[in-house]
Amino acid sequence: MSRAPQLKALVLIAPLLVFLGVFFVWPLVTVISQAISDPAISRVLPRTASAISGWNGQGLPGAEVQAALRADMAANTDEMAMGDVIRRLNASKSGFRSLMGKTVTALKESPDKPLAEIDKRWGDTAYWLAIRENASPYTDAYLLESVDLERGSDGSIQAKPAGSSANGAIILRTLWTGALVTLCCLLIGLPYAMVTASVTGWKRALLLGAVLLPLWTSLLVRTAAWMILLQENGLINQALMGLGLTNAPLALIYNRFGVVLAMTHVLLPFMVLPIYSVLLTVPGNLMGAAASLGAHPVRAFLRVLLPLSLRGVISGMLLVFMSAIGYYITPALIGGATDQMISSVIAFYATGSANWSMAAALGLILLVLTLVLYALYNRLSREPGQMG
Amino acid sequence: MTDSFMRFDKVTKDYGSVRVVEDLDLTIARGEFVSLLGPSGSGKTTLLMMLAGFESVTAGAITLDGQRLNDVPTYKRDMGVVFQNYALFPHMTIARNVAFPLEMRGTPKSEIATRVKRALDMVQLGHLSDRMPGQLSGGQQQRVALARSLVFEPRVVLMDEPLGALDKQLREQMQLDIRELHHRLGLTIIFVTHDQDEALTMSDRIAVFNKGQIQQCASPRQVYDHPANRFVAEFIGETNLLAGKVSGVDGGRVALTLPDGSVLQADGAPGFSVGDDALLSLRPERIDLHGPADALTGLNTLRGDVADTIYQGDHLRIVIVTAAGRIIARVPRKAAEWPNGSQVVLSFRPTDGWVIAP
Repeated sequence: MSRAPQLKALVLIAPLLVFLGVFFVWPLVTVISQAISDPAISRVLPRTASAISGWNGQGLPGAEVQAALRADMAANTDEMAMGDVIRRLNASKSGFRSLMGKTVTALKESPDKPLAEIDKRWGDTAYWLAIRENASPYTDAYLLESVDLERGSDGSIQAKPAGSSANGAIILRTLWTGALVTLCCLLIGLPYAMVTASVTGWKRALLLGAVLLPLWTSLLVRTAAWMILLQENGLINQALMGLGLTNAPLALIYNRFGVVLAMTHVLLPFMVLPIYSVLLTVPGNLMGAAASLGAHPVRAFLRVLLPLSLRGVISGMLLVFMSAIGYYITPALIGGATDQMISSVIAFYATGSANWSMAAALGLILLVLTLVLYALYNRLSREPGQMG
Repeated sequence: MTDSFMRFDKVTKDYGSVRVVEDLDLTIARGEFVSLLGPSGSGKTTLLMMLAGFESVTAGAITLDGQRLNDVPTYKRDMGVVFQNYALFPHMTIARNVAFPLEMRGTPKSEIATRVKRALDMVQLGHLSDRMPGQLSGGQQQRVALARSLVFEPRVVLMDEPLGALDKQLREQMQLDIRELHHRLGLTIIFVTHDQDEALTMSDRIAVFNKGQIQQCASPRQVYDHPANRFVAEFIGETNLLAGKVSGVDGGRVALTLPDGSVLQADGAPGFSVGDDALLSLRPERIDLHGPADALTGLNTLRGDVADTIYQGDHLRIVIVTAAGRIIARVPRKAAEWPNGSQVVLSFRPTDGWVIAP
């Protein structure tokens, strides 16, 4: 009986589902799988990959593994794919490039020549270990690298040598910048929301408009506006020097100060609006009631209004923080080299060095961070009136 | 009133160019229950807000116990305020709500516990002290608000339509509860309401407000039986107003000649002289109905025809058309009924009418 309406509903939302599937779920799944998949070797050397998984890593692998490798190399027709394999193996164990080149050429001439005779390096276990290490179609190497870890030669997880990777430092910097921006938004946004909720009529419309206007303006435009204001010959520096307050221009841009300032401006609405909407549900005469009961305005604020606005404060802080850690344009345009956040590293891997797997792995780390915060936000915003 | 515990002297309040309270004088004695009654916008709530300190006084002075209150901030006025929407703190338990004014005054912890318990027991809510306000019914919340406003033994308790949000039965119960608390604790209560029954039930005196001024401030009996003017007569209870000219004054007794020539005798305010235009206020329940043949002496009488009879359960409302206009009479169910169109004679004693200026 209820099937017909259900079907109708399904048909109605089908375009949306298809859209979400094609443009959101599928790319997301692809990116995630990119972060953990490493098919280069298992695709080009399938026989070797399956044979070497049976080898225990002690001594040299058996004749069947060597035969499999020879067969795979003989069967391969894709020079590009083989180049990929060689690059990968060379990254694990240097010397592979010349070894593989030599072996490929030798096998073309005499397919049955034993590997050890082609090059004596095939008698070295380290080369075979490198193949085994890369044989699996899945890898955690990218995820580990994105938090500055790697697998040692014995397979255990260990920290990368100091100075070889800055991902961890950048993630920490991202979180720190996000926290700074959240704090600034809170310091400005909480009083602002309280004032907005306490006035009426055109004053409230004006205050709300002042918050919403930036939200309706393009992020790029707002960031560019800050560049004009903050640069060495910008309005602020000219005004300061014109007033004689400083002799030389202050460094306002291309540093952390500029990034936090501009991001605070951009993200302020996400702090003000949740607090404001919570405050609207607080009866207007609670402060009056507190005063009539003998509470000084400061104590009334601390005991009544502040606890009641806490739910909005937490929502606002999480919203701002979640948005802030994903910021790319503002730090890129206003920050200096040491102010870049995780998004710009992702952009570098994706467009700069075409290392899609590293980009995907870092993206996955950012996604997980955001999802954890979102779960927290959901939990906290679902329990009204249980605080304080 | 010789005891002027609380005084309003020429108190005026302007909102921009709008004058909401004008040159208002009022004196209230310690332990008195005074209702401020009037239609919305009459200035009664504004007066209460000025008393509580939520609104500033534009001109004039408010004094309490000899202390000028105008510039004293709310939190130092030591007045309990009960709001229509209860204004309980939603993030605190009932006990914490009631403890709040004591904590603000630095009362010792051990004493707070006993006083909170006593206050909550007083409104029969001692068993709910650990609940949150949202878990209580409207009536319970208002009783908590009452306990919270009384627990610190304020000099005055202000109530701003505290029963307005409750249903009829609960309201009547609360009226009696508050009245009882007033008598038992000797509280001074200023009670704002637009419900005349509430004011009549609870007050020692009623101040009837209209257009920012007090029209009359007197006991419920006085206000109802001897309204000062037409506004009070019409606002409190139901009344019939018959227009005429004063044709004689004898002490407190006024003779009023109606346009059709009939003369009615009734009590009236002093100050009338022969020839003045005047109104006779005649309460529907003070009218008796008789058949045209009944012999009547010493009473005012008017002849008329029954136009309609409305059954109201405990009484009948009878609409009668007379030469002086339509008159509503309210008669008990036990009385004889008259079919529409039948001739009747209305009678009332001179002491049951009241002559006022038009």
